[in-house]
Amino acid sequence: MDRYLELINPMLTVRELRAEVTRVERSTADSVTLTLRPTRQWRGFQAGQYVELSVDIDGVRRSRCFSPCCSQHRADGRIELTVKAHPEGLVSQWLYANAAPGLVVGLSQAGGNFHLPTPRPERILLISGGSGITPVLSMLRTLVDEGYRGELVFLHYSFTEADVAHLAELRDLAATHGNVRLVLAYTRQTEGGDLHGLFEETHLADSAPWYAEAQTYLCGPPGLMATIRAHYAAKGIEDALHTEEFTLPVFTPADGDATGQVRFGDTVVENSGATLLEQAEAAGLTPEYGCRMGICFTCTKVKTSGCTRNVRTGDLNRDPDTEVQLCISAPVGDVAIDI
Amino acid sequence: MTVTLTEEQIDELGRELDAIRQRVVEDLGEDDRRYIYNVIKAQRAFEAGGRASLMLSALPPFWLLGTAALSLSKILDNMEIGHNVMHGQYDWMRDPALASKKFEWDTACPADQWRHSHNYMHHTYTNIVDKDRDIGYGILRMDPSQKWNPYYLGNPVWAFLLMTLFEYGVALHDLETENIISGKRKMSENRDLLRGIRRKVGRQVLKDYVLFPLLTGPQFVSTLTANATANLVRNLWAYSIIFCGHFPTGVATFTEEETENESRGQWYIRQMMGSANITGGNLFHIMSGNLSHQIEHHLFPDLPARRYREIAPDVRALCEKYGLPYNTGRFSKQIGSTWAKIFKLALPNRGGDTAPTPAVTVVPGLRDAA
Repeated sequence: MDRYLELINPMLTVRELRAEVTRVERSTADSVTLTLRPTRQWRGFQAGQYVELSVDIDGVRRSRCFSPCCSQHRADGRIELTVKAHPEGLVSQWLYANAAPGLVVGLSQAGGNFHLPTPRPERILLISGGSGITPVLSMLRTLVDEGYRGELVFLHYSFTEADVAHLAELRDLAATHGNVRLVLAYTRQTEGGDLHGLFEETHLADSAPWYAEAQTYLCGPPGLMATIRAHYAAKGIEDALHTEEFTLPVFTPADGDATGQVRFGDTVVENSGATLLEQAEAAGLTPEYGCRMGICFTCTKVKTSGCTRNVRTGDLNRDPDTEVQLCISAPVGDVAIDI
Repeated sequence: MTVTLTEEQIDELGRELDAIRQRVVEDLGEDDRRYIYNVIKAQRAFEAGGRASLMLSALPPFWLLGTAALSLSKILDNMEIGHNVMHGQYDWMRDPALASKKFEWDTACPADQWRHSHNYMHHTYTNIVDKDRDIGYGILRMDPSQKWNPYYLGNPVWAFLLMTLFEYGVALHDLETENIISGKRKMSENRDLLRGIRRKVGRQVLKDYVLFPLLTGPQFVSTLTANATANLVRNLWAYSIIFCGHFPTGVATFTEEETENESRGQWYIRQMMGSANITGGNLFHIMSGNLSHQIEHHLFPDLPARRYREIAPDVRALCEKYGLPYNTGRFSKQIGSTWAKIFKLALPNRGGDTAPTPAVTVVPGLRDAA
């Protein structure tokens, strides 16, 4: 049905959730902020959650997760995404270069457990690094919209001041709300800001001395997350720390290695290097198959995570939640298949 | 005819064909996406326009216009869109709307059964007598090595019926009725298949012969005849294109013995020698779902069909290089020789039973000598 309505207007859909880009701003040198108007199927989100956005790049549908950075109470129901153009990010680079008002993108409903509890905690520490700012900025804006009265510290790490997205608004929020404190930490700039250099324990004591009795929400690059997580664990307060991983580890396979584990639903086997179909059968499973030579697509299954190699072409497929032909795909490292 | 090749030659041919495929795979992109979506848009427009025009189906010009548009819509849907999408030709786009495993088409045959009988059975075991059930579809004698019996006196009649009722013939194909008669298959194996067919046929009949005619009120009968005609036109066309793909004079068939332990190169050769092309213009290729390039389609069933035309000269050059036939001709010539075969094989072979002549003799090459 949606294929017929598309002829009239791509935003007129019965089942599919999509969104139209209504505004494009380039707030820092390497990021772009998009305002999206979702179709009527959109059920809203909770601050901190993410959505999957799909665009067609060179004919191929590519999907990536982004956290809305606007308040969950935004009056017009639109969502705002700030996308940092990562040097190796296919989708983020494409959006940075090509997003324009009128572009229609695929959208998923919001997901993820990284969000604030109800009722809201009495004291909240929000920590972010780089492009990890988006989910916690959404939390900040949401709390302000709710008239939150508790103590709230927003601690953000960036290379320099010029890299802070939404800086003017952050300063404005802190200036107009007595309970909100903005702490900016610069890792490659020694003047301005409140803190300098990589994370140290004193940063927490300086910006939110009460952090052990508060709830902390953290999103940032893996190094920052690991350090802070270790610190909370050492103090025995890891239950007060809530985190969101927003970068997936990129796996670069060496030639011809067969490492890791292959997960077929509930069955887990050591990767033998054979094709997924052979490994599944060796594990006693009986996935549906046909030609066993890559032409009939009977054995196609969804790969939920990991990297596979097409044994006919040698191409690597690193994207999660993509269909692979079991008979001509070999796992490279850990792979999970939905069987 | 028999072609003699060494194992090295066959391996080399396989590598050269792999290289052609790889070249296309690397070039797939936005153009292919735009193309298939344009075809889909055209099909949707023909369907919507046709159905709209039939709202006045009692008036002959509207009946004619509506029937023509609906026929075009069904042909595009079944051939350039349905058949090709279900082959996984657009799976690389990762677009759920064009995913081979989820696609359903406007014809009586359920898509999942088609994928089994066609993508797997026919495309893997192409033209192997007793294995590829597309040789005569279990009801026709299309190869002299199929044993004659008096039932085949009706060969032209059965072929004519298959042509007019083609969508139902295709729908019943996966039931392997001939194997049930011969006792090789149990009726119970068909229970689920039959349920799927009943559901799909029911839906199609409801749509074309009840709902849309009812929508036109007092013009029920004229809309019904228009829809039936559109289905018939599609049946005649699909049957003719498909029969031209494997049955014209000169297409080779194979035995199970000679195809055991086939190498990739040998598989490629079987695909080329077991298929035939039809020459024609741009529009003809699109309306045939590019199955006018049956040879290229059988080599690379998962490449977007619009690409077959561009690789055809390279495939043909390879055939010439290795002395392999490349069967192509005008539509009238290919369909003519197909019907001639249907009539000829209604009668027993003149020289008694014949096995298919081996199409390729593989001679041991240097590798074995070394």
